[in-house]
Amino acid sequence: MTILLNLERVSAGYGSFAALFNVSLDVKNGETVGVVGANGAGKTTLLRVISGLLPPRSGRIDFDGESLAGAPAYRVVAAGIAHVPENRRLFPRLTVEENLRMGAYLPAARKAFAERAAWVYELFPQLQARRRQLAGTLSGGEQQMVAIGRALMTKPKLLLMDEPSAGLAPLVVEQVFALVRRIRAEGFTVLLVEQNVRQVLDVVDRAYLLETGRVKLAGTATALKQNPFVQQSYLGL
Amino acid sequence: MRGGRDTRLLLYLPLAAAAAAPFFLSDYFQHMAVQIAIWSLVYTAWALMGRFRLTSLGHGAFLGVGAYVPTLLWNNYGVTPWLGIPLAMALAIALALIVGYPSSRQKVVGHYFALVTLALGQVVLLVIVAMRDVTGGSLGMTPHTVGHSWYALQLPNKAEFYAVALVAWLAGLVAWRYVERGMIRLALESIAEDEDAAESAGVDVLREKLKITAVSSGLTALGGALYAQYLMYLSPDAMSGVGISLQIVFAAIAGGMYNMLGPTIGAAFTILLTEGLRVLFGTHFVGAANTIYGALLVIFIIFMPRGIVGLAERILARPRVPPAPAAPEPAE
Amino acid sequence: MDIYLLEAIINGLLLGGVLALLSLGLNLIFGVIDVVWICYAEVVMAAMYAVFWLYTFYGWPLLLACAAAIVFATVLGLLVHIVVIEPILGSAPINQLLATGGVLFFLQSLATLLFGTDFRNLGIRLPVLELGGIFISFSRLIAFGIALVGAVGLFLFLSRTYLGTAVRAIAQDREVMGLMGVNERRIYVLTSAIGSGLAGLAACLLVLQYDVHPFIGLTFGPITFMVCVLGGLGNMIGGFIAAFIISQIIAVGGYYFPIEAAEVLAFVFFIVLILIRPQGILGK
Repeated sequence: MTILLNLERVSAGYGSFAALFNVSLDVKNGETVGVVGANGAGKTTLLRVISGLLPPRSGRIDFDGESLAGAPAYRVVAAGIAHVPENRRLFPRLTVEENLRMGAYLPAARKAFAERAAWVYELFPQLQARRRQLAGTLSGGEQQMVAIGRALMTKPKLLLMDEPSAGLAPLVVEQVFALVRRIRAEGFTVLLVEQNVRQVLDVVDRAYLLETGRVKLAGTATALKQNPFVQQSYLGL
Repeated sequence: MRGGRDTRLLLYLPLAAAAAAPFFLSDYFQHMAVQIAIWSLVYTAWALMGRFRLTSLGHGAFLGVGAYVPTLLWNNYGVTPWLGIPLAMALAIALALIVGYPSSRQKVVGHYFALVTLALGQVVLLVIVAMRDVTGGSLGMTPHTVGHSWYALQLPNKAEFYAVALVAWLAGLVAWRYVERGMIRLALESIAEDEDAAESAGVDVLREKLKITAVSSGLTALGGALYAQYLMYLSPDAMSGVGISLQIVFAAIAGGMYNMLGPTIGAAFTILLTEGLRVLFGTHFVGAANTIYGALLVIFIIFMPRGIVGLAERILARPRVPPAPAAPEPAE
Repeated sequence: MDIYLLEAIINGLLLGGVLALLSLGLNLIFGVIDVVWICYAEVVMAAMYAVFWLYTFYGWPLLLACAAAIVFATVLGLLVHIVVIEPILGSAPINQLLATGGVLFFLQSLATLLFGTDFRNLGIRLPVLELGGIFISFSRLIAFGIALVGAVGLFLFLSRTYLGTAVRAIAQDREVMGLMGVNERRIYVLTSAIGSGLAGLAACLLVLQYDVHPFIGLTFGPITFMVCVLGGLGNMIGGFIAAFIISQIIAVGGYYFPIEAAEVLAFVFFIVLILIRPQGILGK
């Protein structure tokens, strides 16, 4: 398998506050990779750095043969990375369909809008009925579907997902992880950030464990599940 | 602060000399000096609020009240400006508090605060115009002249008026010092940073904001009164409204609103610049001077938001301040 | 009802149309870029001069002169954005407001320099319509009609087009727009162009009714800001409604009092309302 995304010794932070220290990580084509860790471990910062919302202080970010370190967000999207941000961040006063339209802003995606939208509605039939409804009026689970659908509109080579289960009821969390499995099955490469370690390790191939901005452990999902440290600190066994 | 006292002396001595010099110069320079002193007071007053992110675009309102109230009282009832000016200041403060109290309560800040104060300036301007029977409307008015009189505060002798203006300017600096020294600055700075946090840290946000608003509006009214008494001519556009309000903001920013002497330097800079451009272009090109002035203002705000003083501080401080150390990585 | 009062109300309604158009442009810019163009009315003033100049001195047909003035206002607005706003996009919003205040001074003085302080008009006298004893100026009626057409056009652009949707979206969440592959700076440029184009359109309508002089911006600029804040800065529907409220206060107030007193009334109403409801009439 070829390496799609490769981070080498990436550091980043806000003002005088450093959030990531020399993080190295890779995602191969077709893989689903998890990044887990406690609140404040630097998971969201990591995704923000990859998608160009926050420029790295140092380190390399290579994606599909292109260097993306320091590129603005709109260029990263054009390169083929879509980001489902933390808390979904839909445009609340646009309709579901308009949100999807914004997801397909890139010229190539814009041309294929009708076809892609039909595919997203097929993936999430619930949204079809709500296409003219304002996104801000949807339930949390439905909003997550729109957020994912919006990101999929560009047919990204890599999908970044930031805490898709945060703030949702347990039953809905189950649904969200089912969604992740679906997207996986569709053949997308996914980098998934989650606090919910137990459930993440059930859906990913490999995972990285972040602690205070550093990669503490890395390995296959099975290996991490059996790691005594992970079991004790994160799985509560 | 090693050597702080020495540098202060080095700064204050020439300043005192500069302030005293006009007494020995010609009428022309005294005229400039009076204007600089009066506007320094007004700009200092504005900066008292402006530095804490209470960006008022309505100080023309207080200037207008300060200018018109004493003159109206003098012309119509023969009330001496020595009584009229304090009354005008009180009225300006009242006006400021009427708007300041609810806007502080409602946390009207930023754009909204700027635009509410802009409307206040417009109200005073329009009221002056609307009362054209007594104010002369947009044509302006003159105080009844009685020749040289301290009672009427009509001092055709420029040196005498300069002395008065100098005292008023010093009053502005004293107010600045009071704010600088006391708790009020710490309180207001924390409000400017984060109002809610300041509140939960026990700062009486409302009280502090109102205090500074009162001092600022009162001093601005004083400046307006002195300006009217000096020019012996009042017009709504020169004393109130958006134009003059913006002029106040710009001069204060150009000088530097975070330093006690910044607004004074702003006054000297803008008045000398306007005068210089006027001499340079003559009266043939009405507007040429102001066009350059406007362009300069834009440049100032883009490149020197802390003003002339801020720039000077940066240049002076550069060799002494070591480069900021990179954030140390905590040990594993 | 008193027929003169009715006339005042109708004239207020017509004035409201132009105010609404002005506030739409300003609100659009504020909503998207988060900048208050204090110099917005001066862009209008400049475009009014453009119409005047082309029509009176170069003898262009009025419609052509108006079209050119709209283009001129658009270019001027683009310059304001690119030269003044872009370099300080990252600094405090109040600095951007003040920088456009410098532009206000600049344009005002430049107009004085070029044209002097004389009041100038096109010298066109459009007929006055009489409807059952009520006199309505035809130029106001045209202005009202075109202002409404402009507003509807903007509404259609915002609701029906890709770019229009993007303009609305960016006002709701600036950062996420980057994740959609949108270069926000390009949207800002587009917004500034549309906003100043609307200023140009408003100028064409105003120059039919009012004399142009370098300080005309100071007379209706503050009213425009008031309308925008009252409607909730950035809220275009709110601004639209507020334009008619304010214009009615001025028109009906002007029927009972001198016109300045009526404007004072409008400003006082504004201050009081904002201090009660800082979020504007339609705000949550």
